[in-house]
Amino acid sequence: MNIRDRVAVVGVGCSKFGEHYERSAEDLVVEAAFEAYADAGIEPGRIQAAWVGTLESGFAGTALADYLKCFDIPITRVENYCASGMDAFRNACMAVAAGMYDCVLALGFEKLRDSGRRGLGTFGKHPVVGYGTTAPSLFAMAANRYFKTYGVTKEVLAKVAVKNHHNGTMSPKAHFQMEVSEEQVLAAPIICSPLGLFDCCPTTDGAAAAIVCSREVARSLRPDAILVKGLGLSVTSGEPYLKPGFAYTGFPATRQAAQSAYEQAGITPKDLDLAEVHDCFTITEILNYEDLGLCAPGEGWRYVADGRAAIGGEVAVNPSGGLKSFGHPIGATGVRMIYEVCQQLWHKAGARQVKDAEIGLAHNLGGPGAVGCVTVLANS
Amino acid sequence: MPGVLAAAAYIPRYRLPRELIAREWGGQSAGGEKAVANHDEDSLTLAMSAALALEGQGERPDAVFFATTTSPYTEKQGAATIAAVLDLPSATRTADFTDTLRAGTSALLAGLDTLAGGARRVLVAAGECRLGEPDSIVEQNYGDAGAAVLLGGGAGRAEVIATHSIADEFLGTWRTREQEFPRSFPGAFEAKYGYGRVLGEAVKGVLAKAEVSPEALATVVLPTPSPRAPQAIARALGLDAKRQLQDSFWTTVGDTGAAQPLLMLAAALERAKAGDLVLVAGYGDGADALLLRVTAAAAAAGPTVSQQIEVKRTLPSYGRYARFRKLVRKESAASDLSSAVVMFRDRKELLPLYGGKCPKCGTVQFPKHRVCIECAHPGGLEEVKLARRGKLFTFTNDYLFESPDPPTSHAVIDLEGGGRLYCQLTDCEPERVEIDMPLELTFRRIHEGGGFNNYFWKARPA
Repeated sequence: MNIRDRVAVVGVGCSKFGEHYERSAEDLVVEAAFEAYADAGIEPGRIQAAWVGTLESGFAGTALADYLKCFDIPITRVENYCASGMDAFRNACMAVAAGMYDCVLALGFEKLRDSGRRGLGTFGKHPVVGYGTTAPSLFAMAANRYFKTYGVTKEVLAKVAVKNHHNGTMSPKAHFQMEVSEEQVLAAPIICSPLGLFDCCPTTDGAAAAIVCSREVARSLRPDAILVKGLGLSVTSGEPYLKPGFAYTGFPATRQAAQSAYEQAGITPKDLDLAEVHDCFTITEILNYEDLGLCAPGEGWRYVADGRAAIGGEVAVNPSGGLKSFGHPIGATGVRMIYEVCQQLWHKAGARQVKDAEIGLAHNLGGPGAVGCVTVLANS
Repeated sequence: MPGVLAAAAYIPRYRLPRELIAREWGGQSAGGEKAVANHDEDSLTLAMSAALALEGQGERPDAVFFATTTSPYTEKQGAATIAAVLDLPSATRTADFTDTLRAGTSALLAGLDTLAGGARRVLVAAGECRLGEPDSIVEQNYGDAGAAVLLGGGAGRAEVIATHSIADEFLGTWRTREQEFPRSFPGAFEAKYGYGRVLGEAVKGVLAKAEVSPEALATVVLPTPSPRAPQAIARALGLDAKRQLQDSFWTTVGDTGAAQPLLMLAAALERAKAGDLVLVAGYGDGADALLLRVTAAAAAAGPTVSQQIEVKRTLPSYGRYARFRKLVRKESAASDLSSAVVMFRDRKELLPLYGGKCPKCGTVQFPKHRVCIECAHPGGLEEVKLARRGKLFTFTNDYLFESPDPPTSHAVIDLEGGGRLYCQLTDCEPERVEIDMPLELTFRRIHEGGGFNNYFWKARPA
């Protein structure tokens, strides 16, 4: 099935991202959802079905129903590691494309700061096999292998942090509005070698929402609805470290999801004006450039160093500030990326606006690079 | 004639200079350093590592005995775990020898009896990880180590000529159920009336049985609670301490308790010549003595004692040692989860480290998946035992993961002969870890989730 031009985004909302010690998940979900309703110009009662993405901040469809009081409609909770949010959006799109509904809600949220935990904790399920895994450790192992394969060192990572923190200063809803220098990034304490503090995204609270309609209903609601051009999802092993053929220099899940989304959209990476990509760690963004086809394998570090990923470069990557600066409330992130791409395609992104943006990509990555989700959106 | 087929020692890589202990409490250093088990080691893993060094010595043992005064469990056997890791058949006889420093030599004597009862080979593995009371003399004395001896008939390293054993009720050193640290009667009471009296009697007894004079002995293994203790016994027995006493490694390893006689025997056999007479004694609530005649000189099964003494990592502080041995506890530490059911179900993969090999694409993989991880062949995998050596594919030094010895190095390893393993590195300098470095697997306590010891493999620099 090809999703191209069958569904459209008519409204988006996003809570302020950050450390919300005085605000609950309910506060954030309500903020994002009602901003989206207002943006779409609809009443909450217009929503026929909903999909909610959260890793662990809520369970079942009630995670949304109890906050929004949108009782008595079908609601499905989606959990697909850090790609939960975009997969919720994807499922919403597919249900509308299938003709079951013509106006639905996709919402992602996560309340990480209520736990006091350092980072995300371990993903292991077996008592001893894969024991002790932390989120940064999984990507740090990719960084060390990438360095060994291509003969580069951790200096290349700092460019990603500097760029995304710079973009974040123009992003009022981002967790951080703070420039960082390469020196600061390189001097930061090590979390998982070679990744230092500034190579890691923060732990953030937030929620984001998108309202998806059939193309016909979208047209009746607003003339500038954002068309969904392609949706890709690919799932590979959640234990890549046990897979003898896994090279650790990229993520096949991203490559496969991107290829599917490009094919549906009928575009190549060269057609993109911007991309919101999953920079959970700086190394991940470099691998994403390569996996998404923005550059050749082994060239990702150069892609950012040469300014090709900057706003005004070849493809503006993470104009929002990315996970690095905008923050990464797990379930919220995928929908937050849709929010940002829509702002850019509506040319409402303020100081971080990518000039004349027409086609944007959003890429959400879950687990140890195991779940790749890619969405292509366009404004015509 | 039954005897020793092979012996091996295992000395953990960490050392604590006695000076650091003395400085901590404001006392005097007895000199030298002691071997300290890593935070993921215990008496069972120490014994296991020594036992694993004896793997591949031909025929499998049909009995395994574990000797220690510091078993990780007071109810649950260690020998069964050793037999499982060694992949021995279920008909293997297993037993633990505990509660006395003499457990090591008593296990050897029991092993000889088992041979006499029809067994072909008996493996005795000793491990000791005694906790000396902080700010006490024994804290400096105690060291951690493992040693293993393979007993059997036929041509081996040494035949047993005679044994002698004495039971002796004596309150020299003890530890009740309520006490965390071994306690001794103050002063020289035990040295003179326990150790000196009983050990001398056992040595005399075995020499009399074999009609061997003290001066005929090439090497005498006398366990050593302190560096001076054996000198007086040697004098009383008419031994030349300098020529005949086996070094106890007190200066470099420490008093390794029940493992000590076996560790010293392994060292003695490393340099013994055919025809040498070696006497091994053990002390505790009596004494054991075994007299051996070396039948063949041979190289050590694994790294020699002196090689293992050389390869070391010095603990930076007493605090780190206290953390390793849980003398200080981190109350806020995250708790681990486990399931005895999962550990049971996966025992063949977790203990002897079996993986699978795809009959279609040939990929060796761990664990033994139902469907091949590379080609999705659904017909099941062939069981294959994985190598315990490999090469580092990638890694990270993780400061986020809570550990008594940060950072924790996570490693992806390509094993020799196939299979990719993901585990932690241990006994290593994190800053010297690099891709492609050769690694060996080592059996460790991963965590204590579920209220029990969760053992599995880690890797360390080969």
